[in-house]
Amino acid sequence: MEALLAQSINLFAAVLLVLAFAMIAQRRILTLIHLFTLQGASLVAATLVVAYLTGQHHLYYSAVITFVLKVVLIPILLHRVIQRLNVRWDVETLFNIPTTMLIGIVLVIFAFNLAAPIASLSASIAHGTLGIALACVLLSFLMMIVRAKAVPQVIGFLSMENGLFFAATAATSGMPMIVELGIAFDVLVGILILGVFMFQIREQFDSLDIRHLEKLKDE
Amino acid sequence: MEALLLVLTIPLVGGLLLAIWGDRPVGQDLNAAVSLLTLLAAGWLTSDIIRDGPLLVWGEWFFVDALNVFLVTLTAFVGFTTSLFSRPYMRVERDHGKMTPGRMRLFHSMYQLFNGMMLVALTTNNLGILWVAMEAATLTTVLLVSVYRTAASLEAAWKYFILCGVGIAQALFGTILLYMAAERAIGGGDSALLWTHLAAAKHLLDPGILSLAFVFLLLGYGTKVGLVPVHNWLPDAHAEGPTPISAVLSGLLLNVALYAVLRCKVLADGSLQNGLPGQMMIGFGLITVVTAAFFLSRQRDVKRMFAYSSIEHMGLMTFAFGIGGPVANFAGLLHMTVHALIKSAIFFAVGHAAQKAGSQLMDDIRGLLKVSPTVGWGLMLGSLAILGMPPFGVFASEFLILTTAMREVPWATPFLLVALGVAFAAIFSRVQPMVFGETSMRPLAHPPALLPVFIHLGLGLMLGLYIPPYLNDWYVQAARMIAGG
Amino acid sequence: MTFSGLVSQLLEIVLALAFAPLLTGWVNQWRAWLQNRSAPGLLQPYRLLHKLFNKDSVVAETASPIFRIAPYIVFACMALVCGIAPTLSTDLPLAPAADAIALVGLFALARVFISLAAMDIGTSFGTLGARREMLVGFLAEPALLMVLFSASLITQSTSLANIVESLAHAPFAIYPSLAVAGVAFTFVSLAENARIPVDNPATHLELTMIHEALILEYSGRHLALIEWAASLKLFAYSCIGLALFFPWGIANADTPLVMILAVPVLVAKLAVGGMLLALIETINAKMRLFRVPEFLATAFLLAVIALLVHVLLGA
Repeated sequence: MEALLAQSINLFAAVLLVLAFAMIAQRRILTLIHLFTLQGASLVAATLVVAYLTGQHHLYYSAVITFVLKVVLIPILLHRVIQRLNVRWDVETLFNIPTTMLIGIVLVIFAFNLAAPIASLSASIAHGTLGIALACVLLSFLMMIVRAKAVPQVIGFLSMENGLFFAATAATSGMPMIVELGIAFDVLVGILILGVFMFQIREQFDSLDIRHLEKLKDE
Repeated sequence: MEALLLVLTIPLVGGLLLAIWGDRPVGQDLNAAVSLLTLLAAGWLTSDIIRDGPLLVWGEWFFVDALNVFLVTLTAFVGFTTSLFSRPYMRVERDHGKMTPGRMRLFHSMYQLFNGMMLVALTTNNLGILWVAMEAATLTTVLLVSVYRTAASLEAAWKYFILCGVGIAQALFGTILLYMAAERAIGGGDSALLWTHLAAAKHLLDPGILSLAFVFLLLGYGTKVGLVPVHNWLPDAHAEGPTPISAVLSGLLLNVALYAVLRCKVLADGSLQNGLPGQMMIGFGLITVVTAAFFLSRQRDVKRMFAYSSIEHMGLMTFAFGIGGPVANFAGLLHMTVHALIKSAIFFAVGHAAQKAGSQLMDDIRGLLKVSPTVGWGLMLGSLAILGMPPFGVFASEFLILTTAMREVPWATPFLLVALGVAFAAIFSRVQPMVFGETSMRPLAHPPALLPVFIHLGLGLMLGLYIPPYLNDWYVQAARMIAGG
Repeated sequence: MTFSGLVSQLLEIVLALAFAPLLTGWVNQWRAWLQNRSAPGLLQPYRLLHKLFNKDSVVAETASPIFRIAPYIVFACMALVCGIAPTLSTDLPLAPAADAIALVGLFALARVFISLAAMDIGTSFGTLGARREMLVGFLAEPALLMVLFSASLITQSTSLANIVESLAHAPFAIYPSLAVAGVAFTFVSLAENARIPVDNPATHLELTMIHEALILEYSGRHLALIEWAASLKLFAYSCIGLALFFPWGIANADTPLVMILAVPVLVAKLAVGGMLLALIETINAKMRLFRVPEFLATAFLLAVIALLVHVLLGA
């Protein structure tokens, strides 16, 4: 049973990675939010399993925080934002999925190579998944680069946070509680600020297209 | 210990009070008063440290030594003078209709919170809290940059948030790796991220993990330092935010980010023992200096130009700390101080000048000397000082950096000299017509606050001529600490 | 090759030939139910085959011999695939031939002939269908190979029988790479078997049809063979998928008795699989043709991720 649980961490890691790819390939904003929620849920599941296997109690708390924040609160906020901005059915067409995917694969290989030598040094039971966590971070990074709309960029930002959180769980069996609380607080405040920004951007430009935000350049 | 408590709580309490009263006319005075109290508390803390040596309190969660106490003082000082400058400046902005009472309240409250977060970041011993405080400082400045709600300021703030968000995420990954190395070396738990513990066991940390961790930390915090190629947010945020914010961004936030890099470098150096972190910082620093110098010469917006100048100087500091050793570190710390003082003085002068001209474009700002001689002289002297003219302090620090570079990394010196030359030509040729030239501008309704400009320039001048012995002791101690002694 | 082995092998092929149309009927029935239509009988595919075999076959004047032999080759390929794929047992006389690459090769052979035959007549629809079929094929085959490779990495063998054998009888373990590969395999199967969202076997819409455009010129017994082969293909894909990702209950001996015991398990698994297929086809919409490469690229990507995950996690 213990062995199966340990393997299930790997499974959740793979799910996180696949979801990161799915988010890159997803054009519809609504589905993107669903995928983000799913990613949060698998993160919670992975954290719970690690907590159970290592007996680290503070991981239970951080799983609860993650659940409240990333599965309940932030998705609700995002839903409300897209509802009020009336971009619920927005579809983003102007990016080339296969090319992005190929770059994504290269990033994954890069991340795996980077993480492989040090992953084995980790004391955590889930150390093999450090590469996957890094890959998720880089993929979210890629998503923020290729997307031209505000909401997907924000979701990319949040999903990067997911990857980081998973890294903390996988490589170190959880950062100190106070640090995790601080990070969670920062993320929440950040998303609130971004939410306000989206309304202001919309007021200014009548659109949530980030391409309007290219006036400031060096001649 | 009480002093530290005051340093940390005054800005936070002040931020809360200003969130209530910041929209009243008294808000500006309250803002300045809170900053003054912070400065006094910082002075008290400094005298404590000078007398008793390093301070490690509250379950070892906060740590003040020679390195950060001088930054605390600098932060509190520039924070205070900037609050003085912002009183007349923001009054004019309000008269121009750019600020409403609500925005004033946001501005004042966030200004104090920003100061508070920087002070937390500087004094905390926990690298995780350092990250959290840096991120919180970013969030407050994002709100400050966007306070005008114009299209350009929103764009700048959005870019700032996204880029710094990405950058700071890399730093978090680096911190996680650091924690992973610490878990192996000294066991996990709350104390494993305490810098003092890590520094004590730095030779035990795994070099493989630490080298990767330092790459991420340098890239992450380097984004906030403004290192090329992750500097893009900086000119926009400086140019589109209110001028007091440009002053504290350049003068303080960049320093705090560099401070974070330095703390991490000490650990990486101790673990790696091969000088790799220093070489990386030399590389990034050099690229930053050269790139910024060339971008600088192509700017038309005066705040953008000085923002690029800040990037250039941060690159120079990174370069100096990369060389390492007591002399280069000393020079880096000195440069940090004088740059913070002089660059904020320049932004004060530029802010008044731009308000007079009603434009930030350098072509529209002419003949400052005729309209307001003090602003004109302030800008002229400040520019000369930042360009490294003797007898200002920048000359001393740049001279030290260049001579050390000639000895340690001779191949880099020509690049530095060319970059400094280009920057000199660019800034001087732009500032000269702004100060002298013909004009039809009229004086402002509110008298400008030029006391801060000249206090800063005076201090910059003093540091070029004479460094007081206790200050010298600090620098030497801090330089030795960064060098890993 | 023992006598009982021979009987078992024959039993497997005969079962496949007999049951494949039933699976098609089952899927169609569920599809109709899920879409609130009144379903055709479960045996409708048999009736169709019966009808077609009793009709005369009309061949175009311009048809070359390729057009005439293609149905037989396609049918033979599919029957052979059903024979070597591990449906009921992993230890059959033909099982050593069930190499992953050989399997993909057999599918490719069938595809080449059906495409040639479609172009042979010279009608525009045939050419169009052939082109689309080749497009789908050339994207789906690498993905299928990658899926099979990631399974073979786990078991260190490219022989399907060995893979299934060691997966079925090793102690239960979670393989994240297999889970990802399973999703990729589902994508590939949908494309290869001309199901929604890639193709809709129930329509003849010229803008989007792939499979139907290929076989538009066929009639009578030729058409019957091709329809039967299509059923066999679906059956083979289902069996390979089930054997790789849900290998439990498959026999590893070649005696007819053991194999007959494995039949109910297989039937149950196929029944559930068919229902799921009908569900997928109901809740998805047919995608536009130029989105198909994206769909298959995703499958390929997933398969690559599976490989990478395996390399990183060793599972």
